[in-house]
Amino acid sequence: MTTIPIIRDAADEPWVLPDRGTVGMGCLIVAESAIFVIFVVAYIFYMGQSLGGPTPQQVLELPIFTTICLLSSSLTLHWAVAALRKSKVGAFTTWLATTIGLGLIFIVGTGMEWHHLIYVDGLTIRTNLFGTTFYSLVGLHATHVIVGLILLIAALIFSLTGHVSEKHAHRMDVLSLYWHFVDAVWVVVFTVVYVLGR
Amino acid sequence: MADSMSSLPSVETIDLTSHQRPRRLVLEVLHDWVTTVDHKKIGLMYIGYALIFLVVGGVQALVMRIQLAVPHNSFVSPDVFNRLFTMHGTTMVFFMGMPILFGFANYLVPLMIGARDMAFPRLNAFSFWISALGGLLLYYSYIGGSGLYGMGSAPDVGWFAYAPLTMKAFSPGHSTDYWAISLILSGIGSIGTAINIVVTIITMRCPGMTLNRMPLLAWLNLVMASMVFIAVSPLTAAQIMLMLDRYLGSHFFDTQAGGSAVLWIHFFWIFGHPEVYILVLPAFAFMNEIIPVFSRKAIFGYPAMVAASVGIGFISMSVWAHHMFTVGMGAGANVFFVFSSMVIAVPTGIKIFNWLATIWGGKVRFASPMLFSVGFLFQFLIAGLTGIMLAAAPFDWQLNMSYFVVAHFHYVLVGGILFTIFAAFYYWYPKVTGRMMNERLARWHFWMMVIGFHMTFDFMHIPGLLGMPRRIYTYEPGRGWDVWNLIVTIGAFIQAIAIILFVINLIRSYYKGEIAGNDPWDAWTLEWSTASPPPVYNFAITPVVHSRRPLWDIKHPEDPDWNYE
Repeated sequence: MTTIPIIRDAADEPWVLPDRGTVGMGCLIVAESAIFVIFVVAYIFYMGQSLGGPTPQQVLELPIFTTICLLSSSLTLHWAVAALRKSKVGAFTTWLATTIGLGLIFIVGTGMEWHHLIYVDGLTIRTNLFGTTFYSLVGLHATHVIVGLILLIAALIFSLTGHVSEKHAHRMDVLSLYWHFVDAVWVVVFTVVYVLGR
Repeated sequence: MADSMSSLPSVETIDLTSHQRPRRLVLEVLHDWVTTVDHKKIGLMYIGYALIFLVVGGVQALVMRIQLAVPHNSFVSPDVFNRLFTMHGTTMVFFMGMPILFGFANYLVPLMIGARDMAFPRLNAFSFWISALGGLLLYYSYIGGSGLYGMGSAPDVGWFAYAPLTMKAFSPGHSTDYWAISLILSGIGSIGTAINIVVTIITMRCPGMTLNRMPLLAWLNLVMASMVFIAVSPLTAAQIMLMLDRYLGSHFFDTQAGGSAVLWIHFFWIFGHPEVYILVLPAFAFMNEIIPVFSRKAIFGYPAMVAASVGIGFISMSVWAHHMFTVGMGAGANVFFVFSSMVIAVPTGIKIFNWLATIWGGKVRFASPMLFSVGFLFQFLIAGLTGIMLAAAPFDWQLNMSYFVVAHFHYVLVGGILFTIFAAFYYWYPKVTGRMMNERLARWHFWMMVIGFHMTFDFMHIPGLLGMPRRIYTYEPGRGWDVWNLIVTIGAFIQAIAIILFVINLIRSYYKGEIAGNDPWDAWTLEWSTASPPPVYNFAITPVVHSRRPLWDIKHPEDPDWNYE
C-alpha cells in the first residue's frame, strides 16, 4: 500500500469520443436555429397584419434561379470535400470556387431584389410590418450567407496558395456543415416568405 | 483509511516539477491573466467578476430597501428608483448569476472529467471577455446614457423591459440601447461558453468515463449548457429586433404601426423562464457533489437524478407563459401553462427526495458546505411551494406584480441558488487556493445569512398578500405594510453583514488559511486527486476511471465501487 498508481490498467474497451469540431458546430447550429425560429415566428405572427401597403402579393416574386443556385452550392461543396478526402486538391479547388460562385450569385440576386423593392416598390424596413419582418428575416439569412462566403473564400485562398491537403478535409467538413445549415434555413425562409407569405 | 489517504497518488508523486515559482512583476502577472486561455484562470476571472457585480447589485438592493423602509420616504427620487430596480435585476441575472455559475463550470468540469482544458480554450477566453465588456457597457450607461453632456442615466425599463416602454418615444436617449447591447454581448458570451461546456463534456472525458459514470455536476452542466442554446438565443434575437426598432425604425414592438407588445412578452419569457432553470441546475449540481461527500454515502438514485435533470430541461421550455396569466391569453393557453408549470415540480421533487435519501442514514458532517446545503434544502422547498401557488392562474391573477412574486423568486435565487454558491465556495476553495477557509467565520456567515434571509424574504410575502405592488418607490402609511417593510429592510442589512464576513473570509483565508492538502474532505471525484491548487495541465497523466467514484476505488481497493454499479 505504499503507492497505488492512479492508472490501474488501460480502459476496458477502446476509448473513442466524437470529434469536437463537429459537435461544436452542431451546438452552434442549434443556437442559430433558435434565433431563426424567433424571426420566423415573428414573420408568421405579423403575416397580413400590415396597416398599409405594399403587400407581399403585390411586390414579391419567386427567386427561383437564385434558390437553385444556393441549394446546388451545397452539392458542389459536398463534392469539394469528397475530392479533398481523396487528396484531389485540384478538383477540390474547382468545386470550392464553384460553390463560392453560386453563393455570390445568390447574394447578388438578393441585392438586386432589395434594390428593386426599395427604389421601385418603395418598401423599406420602416414602411410597414411586412417590410420590418421581411428585411430582418431575409437579411439575417443573407448575413449568414455572407459569413459563410467569407469562410469559404478564406479556404479558397489557402487552397490556391497551396496550403490545403488531405489532412484538412476534416476542417472543411466542419465548415461544410455550416454551409448546409445556411442552405437548409433558406428552404424554410423560402417556404415561409415566398410561398406561405404570398 | 488514514494510511490509504496518505498514500493517495497525486501529481506530486508523478510530477516532480517544483510548484514554487519565482516572484513576478505586477505587469507580468496582469499580462498572464489577460492573455490566459487556461480554463482555471478563466473560471476564476468569471467568479471574481461575478462577485464584484454581486456587491454592486447588493448595494443597489440596499438602497432600494432604505427607500422602502418607511412610508413616504424620499431617500432616492422615483427616477433613480426605477433605474435601481432595472440595474439590480439585470446585474444579478446576467452579470452575477450566469458568470458565477459559468465560472464554476469552467473551473470544475475539465477537472472532474479528467481533461486538461476546455475543448476550445480561445473561444473560452473570448466568451469571458465579451461578457465582461457587456457588463461594462451596462454600467457605462450611467455616464453615456443620455450623451456625455446630459447628466447621464441608466436604463429604467425594468429587467424584462416590456414594450412599448422601450420604444424611442418613451425611452429617449441611449440608456435602453446600452441595456440591449450589453445583453446581446453577454448572450454571445453565454452561447460561446455553453458550446464549450457541451463539447468538453461530450468529447474530452478521460478513458473509462462513460456518460453513466460521469459526475452529476458534469451531467447537470451538460443539460444547463444545452438549454442555453435554446433559451438565450431567443433573447438575442429579440434584442436585435429591439435595436432594429430603435435605430432603423422598424415596427416589431411598435403598437402604433400594428406591432405587438405581447410578442415581446412572449419572446422575453421564452428566454426568461428557462433562464431560471439555467441558473438553478448548476446549483443542483453543487448539491449533487457536496451532499454525498458530507453524508459519507454515494448519491441516492444516480439515474433518477440524471433523468430528472434532463426532464427539467425539456419541461422548462414549455412553461414560459405562466409569467403572462394577467396578459389575457385565453382559457386554453392558461390551462396548458398552469399544467406544465405544475408538472415541472415533479422532477424537482424527485431531486429533493433523492438528496434526503442520500443524507438518510449517512454519517453526516456539518462542515460549512453541508450547513449551506441543508439550508438550501429547506429554503428551496418553500420557494418551490410558493412557485406552485403562483402557477395556479387564479391565484396569480390576484398576486402577479405584487411583492409576493418578488419574495417567491428571491427565495429561489437567494435561498436556493446563492446558498448553494456559498456551499460551493467553502467546498472547492481548498482546491483552488490550497488553503482551508476559516470555519468559525463560515459559521457566523451561515447563521447571519439564514437569519437575514428569513427576515427579509419570509416577511416580504406578507405585504405582497396585503396588496403591495412591486416597483413602487414609496407607499402611504396605514395600509398594514409599514412594519413588514421595516423588518425586510433590517433583514437585508443583516444579509449584507453576512456577505461582508464571507468576503473577509475569502481574502483572509487566502493568506492565513490552514494548508488544505489535495483532498481535505475525503471526497471521491477526480479534481481531488490532483494538487491544490491544480497545476496548469491539471493531471500529469490522463486518469482512467472504472466507476462513478474513482477516488473511492483508489482509497478502497478491497471494495471498489464498480461492483455495485
